[in-house]
Amino acid sequence: MSDQFLYAIEVTLNGLMAGVLYALVALGFVLIYKASGIFNYAQGVMALFAAMTLVGIMDGQVPFSHLINATFGTKVHHFGWHVPALAAIALTVGVMVALAWMVQRFVMRHLVNQEPIILFMATIGLAYFLEGVSDLMWGSEIKKLDVGLPQGGSRWVEDATAFLGSENFYGFFIDKLDMVATVVAVLLVIALMLFSNYTKQGRAMRAVADDHQAALSVGISLNFIWILVWSVAGFVALVAGIVWGTKSGVQFSLSLIALKALPVLMLGGFTSIPGAIVGGLIIGVGEKLFEFTFGAMMGGATENWFAYVLALVFLVFRPQGLFGEKIIERV
Amino acid sequence: MKDSSEGYTTEDGRKIGGVVMEMKNITLRFGGVVAIKDISFDIREGEIRAIIGPNGAGKSSMLNVISGFYVPQEGEVWFHGAPRPKMRPFQVAQQGIARTFQNIALFEGMSVLDNVMTGRLTHMKTGLFAQALWKGKAEKEETANREVAERIIDFLEIQAIRKTPVGRLPYGLKKRVELARALAAEPKLLLLDEPMAGMNVEEKEDMSRFILDVNDEFGTTIALIEHDMGVVMDLSDRVVVMDYGRKIGDGTPQEVRNNQAVIDAYLGVSHD
Repeated sequence: MSDQFLYAIEVTLNGLMAGVLYALVALGFVLIYKASGIFNYAQGVMALFAAMTLVGIMDGQVPFSHLINATFGTKVHHFGWHVPALAAIALTVGVMVALAWMVQRFVMRHLVNQEPIILFMATIGLAYFLEGVSDLMWGSEIKKLDVGLPQGGSRWVEDATAFLGSENFYGFFIDKLDMVATVVAVLLVIALMLFSNYTKQGRAMRAVADDHQAALSVGISLNFIWILVWSVAGFVALVAGIVWGTKSGVQFSLSLIALKALPVLMLGGFTSIPGAIVGGLIIGVGEKLFEFTFGAMMGGATENWFAYVLALVFLVFRPQGLFGEKIIERV
Repeated sequence: MKDSSEGYTTEDGRKIGGVVMEMKNITLRFGGVVAIKDISFDIREGEIRAIIGPNGAGKSSMLNVISGFYVPQEGEVWFHGAPRPKMRPFQVAQQGIARTFQNIALFEGMSVLDNVMTGRLTHMKTGLFAQALWKGKAEKEETANREVAERIIDFLEIQAIRKTPVGRLPYGLKKRVELARALAAEPKLLLLDEPMAGMNVEEKEDMSRFILDVNDEFGTTIALIEHDMGVVMDLSDRVVVMDYGRKIGDGTPQEVRNNQAVIDAYLGVSHD
């Protein structure tokens, strides 16, 4: 095999891995959209908040320490203990459930039977609020997140594939973290599919997304379903936050990964969990291969815009995405 | 206070049982507007009870009070011989009161079968993980619920559209699907808000037949609102007549038809 071809395969593999990461973020969007018809603008910030909370808990940081110090003239910043990763993750899940409860109690409950656009605006407000709260709670400096996930290139894959090419080819470079992320994403998707297709709560979720009044009339508690949905979305945000945070540090720009999820959703469809995965993979591979093939010709950095152009093409020819529900309208 | 053993026999020889639901001095206001003024009546087991009246008489408000969507300022709702505490609509549904809506509230994006299956939600008891993994008890339960849903779909003659998304169906069929979903809950009391509104004669006849069959076959207690006087007189065992939020008549269709207040409300009174 020629080296050029092998490089293309390597680029594709890395594209697939990057796609999984995009899909992880897109999943959170799909979940809330399926269950409440809301496009949750705050999903990216939720990932940031989850990652910051996780780091804060692990390092034993005092929440709101700046606020406390400024108000009372004290100098607290750390409790002085370290929480093991697993325990900290469990605690963070608890925090995300509490957040879900608050979202339901203070926002969603007051917006029953409102238009989707109003609910969307509410999530924009929520995004800015949450952004401020995360900074206030944990400080705005860049933090390192290490929950023990393996990082760096896998020597094993490199050694095992080096024989494929000439002596100038050293084998495929694949990040161990990306491999872990792939496994996590697969598990997450299986769990979510089982949950939303086969459980009573899953069916109730779809019902609530469709019609509030009808859902009430068959005995579904809107409040319970909303807390459930936002908790699950919070959990997915935490997973995305852990993977992305480990990769590129916990900082404000983490919340911008939400922007990468948008084209994924347009490709896969807002209502499909497998769609989020396939959409993520297509975009991941597409942008890497495009850069590999045409990047040099176009002056590079095509990855910044390729996904959006692809999404635009989809919007024109297949607005519901690859797997989205058909848009039904009786005239 | 009511002896639940007392009942009566209808003209066509059906036995009607004790009181299932009793409304006691219900008053409902929206700001300064009085929608329902001091109304009392009861619904007995196995009967078809109609609520009729001109537009704006407060019929739908009454149904919304029974199903928990509105909370009356005064009065009590008694269910199975005990006053019902203040409840949310979904809790009322869990108690076994199913309903349809005047303007149809279906899950438009879901298939007919899925819509009917949502009616079974209150009957599903197994845990989250058992359901997700589709094992043992959960599988048995799902099968049993599916059987009930399919039986009702057969009964209402909508087999042909089982897999069709509801959003694609014509109006008359949507009404029937909504009835199917309510029936799937195997309700103790079924509330129908204008089940025949906007239908042509043929569809009305079909719907009337289904309502009678449901009552006959499953023994379901039904309270319904209807505009079409002819239909009401044919269907119902007892009728409550409302006008401007007040009750102006209550009794068998024959009694109500001869009630002067009712005639005045429907035909108007001359003031000269």
